[in-house]
Amino acid sequence: MTTLTSPSLSHSNKRLYVTLGLAVLAWLIAYNLIQPLADWIAYTALGLARDSHFGESVAFFLYDVPKILLLLSGMVFAISIIRTFFSPERTRALLGGKREGVGNVFAAMLGIVTPFCSCSAVPLFIGFVESGIPLGVTFSFLIAAPTINEVAVVMLFGLFGWKVAGLYVATGLVIAILAGFIIGRMKMERYVEDFVWQIKSGAGQTLDEKLTWADRIERARLSVKEIVGKVWLYVVVGIAIGAGIHGYVPEDALASILGAQAWWSVPVAVLIGIPLYSNAAGMIPIVGVLIEKGASLGTALAFMMSVIGLSLPEAVILRRVLKMPLLVTFFGVIAIAIILTGYLFNWIL
Amino acid sequence: MLTIKVLGSGCANCKRVEQIAHKVVDELGIEAEIVKVTEYPEIMKYNVMSTPGLVVNEKLVSYGRIPTLAEVTTWLADALQAA
Repeated sequence: MTTLTSPSLSHSNKRLYVTLGLAVLAWLIAYNLIQPLADWIAYTALGLARDSHFGESVAFFLYDVPKILLLLSGMVFAISIIRTFFSPERTRALLGGKREGVGNVFAAMLGIVTPFCSCSAVPLFIGFVESGIPLGVTFSFLIAAPTINEVAVVMLFGLFGWKVAGLYVATGLVIAILAGFIIGRMKMERYVEDFVWQIKSGAGQTLDEKLTWADRIERARLSVKEIVGKVWLYVVVGIAIGAGIHGYVPEDALASILGAQAWWSVPVAVLIGIPLYSNAAGMIPIVGVLIEKGASLGTALAFMMSVIGLSLPEAVILRRVLKMPLLVTFFGVIAIAIILTGYLFNWIL
Repeated sequence: MLTIKVLGSGCANCKRVEQIAHKVVDELGIEAEIVKVTEYPEIMKYNVMSTPGLVVNEKLVSYGRIPTLAEVTTWLADALQAA
């Protein structure tokens, strides 16, 4: 049976790799064509003046939208391939023997690469806690996984460069490690809903999938379709607003309200960020131009962390397994950590 | 008669998996009961940490993603043969 199917399988594999190679080539060509094409459309085809506000805004928009969408597709594909090598089950096994401290560090890092959707936060929480992973370590994972997500990191990279993207990832890791560790030290196990401790999962059943490279590529393709399909409109709208601000608002106009001198700007930015959860992809381009117009980087980073990491829908979901005092502590510790990071960056940069 | 369980607490992806299961059952013209399992203690019995999960005749076949029509067709056909 296997010998019969293998020739056709390797044939379809060859086709797959050729398609993949062509896709990469097309991606590279498209990526290098965006800038001249955007300029050509704005200044030649539409005949806009190069130094006009409107011309600048249009060129900015025509350049940034395809750039970000291309970067998103490419990077989400690459990250999704990496993620096919990880699963919550494998991560749980890796975290099994770890103590607090080392466990928090591992949990936060695994939070980046493990596939995670906030709709699975509850079964994941139960699965971790029930297998004996300390509460604080579990929280380190639950903070890192949604905060350091591919869409946010790619957009930061595309709009701000690798330094800011790196700063964001590093800050997210530190916050996840520290907040998880602090919550663990507070010994709040009794504020986990009682039913969680009574659950006994069916230890016998596990699904060990053997994935081929064709499977991994197909899964990565599907997740590109799903993620880009979900966020593209936010990206376009966000960049359109950003382009408008870029062309029309004068430099340094925001320095007095969003600059490093205004001490209250960080906590206010964090508060405003909480309800904006689902619009992270749209907020980042706007934040980008705000920085250009005088907002300080610390305030901007704190705002983005709050938009992405502090999510009300996730709080509602987690309420199923966490009693109020623990839920409030969980969010409070993250919020304070984000605010302190905001001040720190405003101070050192 | 197959028993198909969709594990997950009502997220959008869980509904998609349920629709796919319905479609395959209709296409194959088989008798099957499709059950939605939404309570966490029940979901955890299948050792699933990422929803949606799919269980055919008490055997876990997929979790954490939306399986394709072709995959579900294979699993249901396998389960029918085994039964």
